[in-house]
Amino acid sequence: MKVMKVDAIRNGTVIDHIPAGRGQRVLGILKPRGSDVVMMGMNFSSKAMQKKDIIKIEGRELNQHEVNSIALIAPAAKVSIIRDFNVIRKFQVEVPEVIEGLVACPNPKCITNAEPMVTRFRLLDAAGPQLSCQYCERVYTADEMDHI
Amino acid sequence: MKHLISMRDLNADKILQLLALAESLEKDPGQLDLSRRVMAAVFYEASTRTRMSFESAMKRLGGEVIAMVGTSGTSVEKGETLADTTKVIARYADIIVIRHPMEGAARYVSEQVDIPVINAGDGANQHPTQSLLDLYTIKKAQGTLEGLKLALVGDLKYGRTVHSLAYALAPFNPEFYFISPKSLGMPNHILNDLTRMGVKFIEKTKINKIVDNIDILYVTRIQRERFPDREEYEKVKNAYIITADLLKNAKDNLKVMHPLPRVNEITTDVDSTKYAYYFDQAENGVYMRQAILATLLGEVK
Ligand SMILES: [Zn+2]
Repeated sequence: MKVMKVDAIRNGTVIDHIPAGRGQRVLGILKPRGSDVVMMGMNFSSKAMQKKDIIKIEGRELNQHEVNSIALIAPAAKVSIIRDFNVIRKFQVEVPEVIEGLVACPNPKCITNAEPMVTRFRLLDAAGPQLSCQYCERVYTADEMDHI
Repeated sequence: MKHLISMRDLNADKILQLLALAESLEKDPGQLDLSRRVMAAVFYEASTRTRMSFESAMKRLGGEVIAMVGTSGTSVEKGETLADTTKVIARYADIIVIRHPMEGAARYVSEQVDIPVINAGDGANQHPTQSLLDLYTIKKAQGTLEGLKLALVGDLKYGRTVHSLAYALAPFNPEFYFISPKSLGMPNHILNDLTRMGVKFIEKTKINKIVDNIDILYVTRIQRERFPDREEYEKVKNAYIITADLLKNAKDNLKVMHPLPRVNEITTDVDSTKYAYYFDQAENGVYMRQAILATLLGEVK
């Protein structure tokens, strides 16, 4: 058995069960600031999903709303908030009802692609998940969308 | 109701309320006085018919109209944002009627300004005043919206008008015949929605057999450019031409509608039959738009 150790963090957030290969995109959403200490593990073995990515951010406690955005690309991700090496809170991500300023509308005729404005989608169906653009009213799955 | 952006925002009660007001304004045009109220027609693309219909509606209510038509020579050409342009116009007017080629433009403007906004067409998305005038026309012609048999004919794939009409009628137990070439059929997501709502419909490629059985024949134009292949177009182009002869065994109450302009999809010999209703439809648009303007300007409780 091959064991690999990733440094435990004292205070911060751990995002586990990210589908392998999507860690980079999750990181893109988190937009780490210059001084943040971030560890990313890629292609870890996982019983549930065979391969997974893991992200640890030292010194930042992400709130549920922040991490929910991650659910668009990593629906099964689990988040742990760590204080003094202890998990003080653990939760499953959930796609929020309203997704603002996070993904671009794939419709080239959508006003959001022409004006300097914030995109806004509503969750129609958690499966997929399917989102409807508040502006052009078209419906897309999260996989069809690019993050901003 | 603060704005009129999408038919999706309206329930059956609100629709019936607007229809009733349009009817009352048609009978008694002098009942409301919107003098000193100013409507801004903000048309990023030309649509003479829609704009004139709105202007006529506002003027018949005693109101005033200012307009921006097209963007050439305006601050838009210099790169001003839609938000800025309409925020300024909102200082000049009491209500904005906007037509814009981008989908969702009217919704966005309604979030930027604090006066009511009416969507007069945003790309291929919505044209709710057209849908409402269609409903008003159908109700006026048939006395009811309930349980009607309607054939929607022509380009059902790209036709914004027929899409929203199908949704707008859905709460009123319609039976639809969707008649189009196979390549221009009603989009699947709409058919799925209708099925989910329990709406009855049949898809057909020929019109002949059903004409004698329906209450409303709603015709739209088929554009040659929509066909990937010229031969396909040649095959269907005459299949949907409505002639007086085609209507000879129609039901007495049949009315033929068309959002206009027509090219050749309804021959002029239909104009003199009792079935022709497309010019009335255009006139009804003015009453409907009066009802919408008056409601959004808070002149009606
Ligand atoms: Zn959009």
